[in-house]
Amino acid sequence: MSGLVLQKVVKEFGVFRAVNDVNLDVPHGTFVCMLGPSGCGKTTLLRMIAGLDLPTSGAIRLDGEDITRVPTHKRNLGMVFQSLALFPHLTVGENIAYPLRIRKAPKEEQKKRVDELLSMIHLAGYADRPVSKLSGGQRQRVAIARALAISPKLFLLDEPLSALDAKLREAMQVELRQLQQKLGITTIVVTHDQREAMTMADTVVVMNGGEIRQAASPIEIYRRPADSFVADFIGQTNLIEAEADSQGRATVFGQPVAGLPLPPGAARATISIRPEDVHLTAPGAGALNGKVTFVRDLGGTIETFVDVAGRQIVAVSTPRARPEVAVGQPVGVALTPDVCVVLGK
Amino acid sequence: MRREPPQNIGDYAPLLFPAAMLTVFFVVPFGTMIAVSFFQRQQGGFYMPAFVFDNYGRFLSAFFGGVLGFSLMLAIAVAICCVVLALPFTYLLTRTARSVQVIWLVALLSVLSLSEVIIGFAWSTLFSRTAGITNVLVALGFMGEAKALTPSFGAVLTGMVYQALPYTVLVLFPALVRLDPTLTEAARTLGASPIKAFFTVVVPALRNTITATLIMVFIFALGSYLLPQLLGRPQHWTLSVLITDQAIYQSNMPFAAAMAVFLVLVTLGLVALTVIAGRRGEAA
Repeated sequence: MSGLVLQKVVKEFGVFRAVNDVNLDVPHGTFVCMLGPSGCGKTTLLRMIAGLDLPTSGAIRLDGEDITRVPTHKRNLGMVFQSLALFPHLTVGENIAYPLRIRKAPKEEQKKRVDELLSMIHLAGYADRPVSKLSGGQRQRVAIARALAISPKLFLLDEPLSALDAKLREAMQVELRQLQQKLGITTIVVTHDQREAMTMADTVVVMNGGEIRQAASPIEIYRRPADSFVADFIGQTNLIEAEADSQGRATVFGQPVAGLPLPPGAARATISIRPEDVHLTAPGAGALNGKVTFVRDLGGTIETFVDVAGRQIVAVSTPRARPEVAVGQPVGVALTPDVCVVLGK
Repeated sequence: MRREPPQNIGDYAPLLFPAAMLTVFFVVPFGTMIAVSFFQRQQGGFYMPAFVFDNYGRFLSAFFGGVLGFSLMLAIAVAICCVVLALPFTYLLTRTARSVQVIWLVALLSVLSLSEVIIGFAWSTLFSRTAGITNVLVALGFMGEAKALTPSFGAVLTGMVYQALPYTVLVLFPALVRLDPTLTEAARTLGASPIKAFFTVVVPALRNTITATLIMVFIFALGSYLLPQLLGRPQHWTLSVLITDQAIYQSNMPFAAAMAVFLVLVTLGLVALTVIAGRRGEAA
């Protein structure tokens, strides 16, 4: 089958398992973001796909061919490093031409391709500049162009935008996604920035402790997180313990909530509710009652912190869709069953 | 850390001591030597103040020219051998574990503690017919019978490379440690085999360091005068050997001084040429 396939990939450093039994299908032309806290094994996984590290066991296939033991330089891929790794002794043009020069492409062809790539990254006419004279964003583009010079089958990026300032980073995310869609190239990005992953990816792979916790589309990950780690890592959420009472109805903080589906036979479960799905009502009108402990008014949105039976619930609402409540006042919290996600263990 | 440039005379005070030391122990002796090189030699090993060019004139003969040429050639050969051997070695060394690095560096430093005399006699034993390495080759069946490898040019070169190699590694080490390891990884992802990555990325990125190391080893090797005598034939003797010979055994100070000055000038000239060539290469 076409695309990248990881089968039972394991990587051990001594006794430490950096990557534990990872299975993943990346169909041709998809944009995958590997997301997780530092030390979760995402960079190690990327390095194994690049061939810079060898898996302890398991197989990596690209378009049906087993590339697990193929040396890096024969994999025909493009990779952008966190440090960018532009060659300081070469000019912008020579950096981009490097993979073509190594493959002994004719000089005119190299020049043509370099001009093509420079105009693609909006740096036409920069070919003869030394890389040290470029700004951070420009270097970033040069590193991308160099990785794409041979039109690789696989485009890998390791925290590519982490060195840029926030505004430039947002712009580059959009640009990178548009570029990938135009070229239709299979792309894997490692990041710890969930906003970046949501912006760019077709598939977000959430990793923790060397394992894939969930692999799905960004909105699926956000709306239907598989477990409490994913729910907590992607965006803000309220994690609430629900219990089944004697009649099998779900209760939250001792108050029954109609329609809340608990897994059959389970005595308790964790429920995730996004702050924007929590609606505040007049006291007594919602499923739960609590007291406002803090209000963060950000202008566009207002975050209200509510204390319900000793647990904190955060509600995010627009100024118009919110009852006027102040710190210390009682307030009702409505829980609509269809926005409550019951998490697996 | 940025400091203000010195504002008045007092700010130069910290420089006084080193400047004085440099003047007393370097500038004055060197000036004396230059002066002596123009003096008139007298029979019986004395010389009197004068301003004659006889000493330089005598130097411009085919014999001394030949010795000068050989000395320069030998020093260049030693410098190139050292860098060619030390660069891949040091590169691999920087990629090993810290404990391995320490062991190697301690071993190299202990070579530095050996005196030139010890190195010379050790190699002359190793290259001898009766007790040398050829006996091992004979025992292993690679050679028919043991033979002496010294005196020869190869023996001189080996001894001097052995002596200069630790310096070369120690000079290259910091630069190679600082080199970003992702540069070679990037080269590999872009299609270069590890060896190709070494030659297309590591070597060019370290061009200035390599030039500086070549110059250092070259100057170091130029001053060597013991090893060529211990391991070579008279035609392998360097200018330093002749200078010693003139100064001590022939008691011709002015001529020895003239040769020394000439050697310094030629060395400075070559170093300047290398630096200019390096600058031009960088600008291009």
